Amino acid sequence: MNLICINCPKGCRLTVNQVGEKIVVEGNSCSRGETYAINELTNPLRTVTTTLEIESKLYHRLPVITSSPIPKAKMMELMKILKDVKVKVPIKMGDVIVKNILDMNVDLIASKSINE
Amino acid sequence: MRKTDLLIIGGGSAGIAAALGAHDNGIKDIIIVERDFEYGGILQQCIHNGFGLHTFKEELSGPAYAEKYYALIKDKEGIKFMYNAAVIEIKDKIAIVQCAEGLINIEAKAIVLATGCRERPAGAIGLKGDRCEGVYTAGTAQRYLNKEGFLVGKKIFILGSGDIGLIMARRMTLEGAKVIGVAELQPYSNGLARNIKQCLEDFDIPLYLSHTVESIHGKGRLQSITLISVDDKLQKIQGSEQEIECDCLLLSIGLIPENTLVEDLGVTLDKRTKGAVVDETYMTSVDGIFACGNALHVHDLVDYVSIEAKKCGKAAADYIKGNKSKTEKQINVLGNGISYMVPQYFHLGEGIEFSFRVNKVFKQCKIHVTGVGIDKYVNKLGIVPSEMQKVLIKKEELANLNGELHWEVIE
Repeated sequence: MNLICINCPKGCRLTVNQVGEKIVVEGNSCSRGETYAINELTNPLRTVTTTLEIESKLYHRLPVITSSPIPKAKMMELMKILKDVKVKVPIKMGDVIVKNILDMNVDLIASKSINE
Repeated sequence: MRKTDLLIIGGGSAGIAAALGAHDNGIKDIIIVERDFEYGGILQQCIHNGFGLHTFKEELSGPAYAEKYYALIKDKEGIKFMYNAAVIEIKDKIAIVQCAEGLINIEAKAIVLATGCRERPAGAIGLKGDRCEGVYTAGTAQRYLNKEGFLVGKKIFILGSGDIGLIMARRMTLEGAKVIGVAELQPYSNGLARNIKQCLEDFDIPLYLSHTVESIHGKGRLQSITLISVDDKLQKIQGSEQEIECDCLLLSIGLIPENTLVEDLGVTLDKRTKGAVVDETYMTSVDGIFACGNALHVHDLVDYVSIEAKKCGKAAADYIKGNKSKTEKQINVLGNGISYMVPQYFHLGEGIEFSFRVNKVFKQCKIHVTGVGIDKYVNKLGIVPSEMQKVLIKKEELANLNGELHWEVIE
């Protein structure tokens, strides 16, 4: 099976083969490529970024990011529950905005500071 | 007349890094003119992740990258930001700045152009058909969605497989729009491979290679487009038309360095990059005027913009301090199989990192560099026009300083 690693813009072309119990990954230039390929075959994960409504003098939206990748199949569900989330200033980059979303052990993090 | 050592036009990723480079190299009187109300430029609307792997060894969103990089200059004395201010003209080394105070003149010992780039609009490709609403450049739609909170359509078609278009395909799908497809004129994608995977394939969005939009239709609002396929000479194949219903067409058909400010200044522009012709110090053909970032040539990665702009700032500082030992000798850079090369010429000096793009897809190739005492091969695997390449020529390799430096891509 051929995959393109999405971890960084280099986009390594990976070859993945099942050898007995083991998944053998080739073509990766770092260890993250191997992890990605194995996840892709077993439980594909994606980092999700979006924006939330914010009450602020200068801004309409607060950019947010998941603290770690979530199962690909959960992306739309995550978007649905974030529709009604409203945020108030001040926000610091790195603040946890929603804790343990969908019981996935993943937080939603502010990716920008907005003071007023 | 206000005076400063270094004037930087643009407070995006390039402007901030140029300020850092110059400040680290001893210049403590720097003004950055930024037309927006905040720093960061286009990074502020690029809320997706993937920025900063080189610079910060972590994967950040655009706004987070801007905030982290800004933190590197925030507390440095002598770097002053002017927000809501736009340079409207440059005469010699005096910039006329429009801001809340009115029009003010700022005289600088050196100027760095860090003005970024613009999107090619519908007019650039002669899009035929009705003049209906619903046609946006991908970056405009991105701004509306990520900064203002408006989704500009419900059934989207995207022309051009540039990265912004691909990123917007995913972003609009997540926000509830239906992205019907992406058409690309070339037989290969213009975006990064990872974006084809995570923005299109993840959501089963078809990519139509060797296709373009023939015409658009709609009274008032866009109702449909006519998609047509092209042959290997990029000529439309009559009879291959198909009509696709949509209420929004996004254009992701290329970026052009923003250089309107310097056209009257006599800065020589490169027809291929659409940016200034520069030497190894990023100085343009006009003494004391420098250029870096997307204003110089369009980059794939912000990390590369930061690296380049920091070097440019350092070089501008050397120039201000009078350290620039510029010899008369100028070595031109030429290329085969290459669509552009930066710098376009150089003098003697330190090692030079060349940035370039190839003009077609090469599966396996060697880059043959000859001239000025160099004769070497650099092996590259699978290089494509959409991915910028870099090759470093070390100082000691520049042995014989006559003639030209020639680059050739050999399959």
